Amino acid sequence: MKIAKLMTSVAVAAGLFAGPVAAEDMRIALVVKALGIGFFEAAAEGAKEAAGELGGVEIIYTGPTDTTAEGQIEVINSLIAQRVDAIAVSSNDTDALVPTLKKAMARGITVVSWDSGVAPDGRQAHLNPSSNALIGNMIIKLAADHLPEGGEVAVLSATTTSTNQNIWIDEMNKVMGDYQGIDVIATVYGDDLADKSYREATGLMQSHPDLDAIIAPTSVGIVAAAQAVADAGKIGEVNVTGLGLPSEMAGAIESGASKSFAIWNPIDLGYSATMLAHQLATGAASAEPGAEISIGRMGTIILDETNSAAMADPFVYDASNIAAFKDIF
Amino acid sequence: MNALKSREAILGGAILVLVALIASRFPGFIAPANIIAVFTDTSPLMILAMGQMVVILTRCIDLSVAANLALTGMVCAIINVAAPGLPVALILIFALFMGAALGAINGLLVWKLSIPPIVVTLGTMTIFRGVIFLLTEGKWINAHEMSPSFTGVPRQDILGLPVLGWIGIVVAVVMMVVMARTTLGRAFFAVGGNPHAAVYTGINVGRTQFLAFVISGMLAGLTGYLWVARYAVAYVDIAGGFELDVVAACVIGGISIAGGAGTVVGTLLGALFLGVVKNALPVIDVSPFWQLAISGAAIIIAVAFNAQSGRSKGRVILKSAEHAQ
Repeated sequence: MKIAKLMTSVAVAAGLFAGPVAAEDMRIALVVKALGIGFFEAAAEGAKEAAGELGGVEIIYTGPTDTTAEGQIEVINSLIAQRVDAIAVSSNDTDALVPTLKKAMARGITVVSWDSGVAPDGRQAHLNPSSNALIGNMIIKLAADHLPEGGEVAVLSATTTSTNQNIWIDEMNKVMGDYQGIDVIATVYGDDLADKSYREATGLMQSHPDLDAIIAPTSVGIVAAAQAVADAGKIGEVNVTGLGLPSEMAGAIESGASKSFAIWNPIDLGYSATMLAHQLATGAASAEPGAEISIGRMGTIILDETNSAAMADPFVYDASNIAAFKDIF
Repeated sequence: MNALKSREAILGGAILVLVALIASRFPGFIAPANIIAVFTDTSPLMILAMGQMVVILTRCIDLSVAANLALTGMVCAIINVAAPGLPVALILIFALFMGAALGAINGLLVWKLSIPPIVVTLGTMTIFRGVIFLLTEGKWINAHEMSPSFTGVPRQDILGLPVLGWIGIVVAVVMMVVMARTTLGRAFFAVGGNPHAAVYTGINVGRTQFLAFVISGMLAGLTGYLWVARYAVAYVDIAGGFELDVVAACVIGGISIAGGAGTVVGTLLGALFLGVVKNALPVIDVSPFWQLAISGAAIIIAVAFNAQSGRSKGRVILKSAEHAQ
């Protein structure tokens, strides 16, 4: 804890003395769950990209050394003392940060949350990486893109009661009409266990010899399914796709068991969070339900009734970009 | 002894009936390639059940096997990432030793501090998982980080059967010899059957239980490498809840939870029974909502059979005791 405090004060000092800052520069603080995590380092890169595009914006990339709400509260308190113009936070706790963030807003600081949200009281707007509808559409699109002639696909989910996966599969079923010729012939459950997922994937290939793709919207399932396809010697026949992390899927992309998969892009997320914070801090947009806010190259987002918005479709990773991302997250 | 024999015959018959039922719905299940695949897939369960059998025979239980598997597997993967050139044979030997060491922790606590085994292994189960988290901070070790030989060995074919399956066979044969032909093997039965009598025959009960935990740990460590290599991924939660499958395999196989009764063949059949059920459920087109109920029912039916034969065995002993008087 002492070290964490020391680090925080070093970070604060670094922020304070970070070169001669022009008086009119807007300072946007990107507060992450913890420093040293590849995902957030990449988000900071995106934030700097946005700053470069906007001009006159300085990014303060900071966060605690471990993923605790207490650490984030300290960091945010020091940012308030520094009188930054905006705070964009990926929180370690939905509720614990609310009092501190309220204090920040009371001092005229723009507060937005991104990635991992804060309760509506504690922020002006929240940016989700994507939405259930976009994810549901993406997972079937990933399979359909490699099946121009149509074909049989099966879903390998987590457990029968996994809320996220069930919502995504529901959303997928709603848009099936847009993908003529693609038939979802089975939905099986690997319970997010590597061995059960592997067995279910093997079973799918046995009972459906003409299977063309397995969609696994879960990171354990997609890796296990890719391994099962490779072991069954069906690389090229059965394409494994869905949601996964680049670091975990690099082997499957390399072997060809998976042609592509999707997940958020942390660079885009950091970029968009910065853009959103800038728009609100400059008064170019206001945080109210239904507001349309332009976030640079990522297009426009629309705030819903809780002032949350979805950034974009999940980002597609394939052989062309996996190498750049596999070391990030 | 006859009752035991017939119990194994019943279980063997049940497996055959089960396979026949599955084949009537999905003929591909009894294709030779699939039979081999099912056997290979069941090998990790068989190996772990061999260790658990010894522990249960001595009136203990080892709930930390899956956590031991995960920790040893993770350390093997870490070693492989750090030194990709290290021969797999060395990693295998390391896995055996590390697993045995973790098992020895359980054994020492049970032996020297006389803590109930279920408490000890519940504790070490969470500790082992916690250690994995400390080692990795929750990060995964993935297929592309492991060397091809590390992940390749268990799937290498020898005479049509992958190495993983062969290791299962070798472990089973070694355990048969140990249980039937060594003093240690007989001591396991003696300690579980009647600890007081065992003491009078000069057997150190605590030490025997300690050795049972070491064997269980060693086999869990071995399976740890095999598991990580087979699924080409290592993370905190691998094989989560698998200890219950292992205990179930032993119980189905006729190992008495009260200790002292059971056979290697029975345990193997118990593991195979579970393996067949697990591999069949995905292909026989049963709703996933029914699958859990079916595998649960299968376990209870198998155990009910065992309880039945266990009871009649008890009566026989009483009667012969009466006759003797």
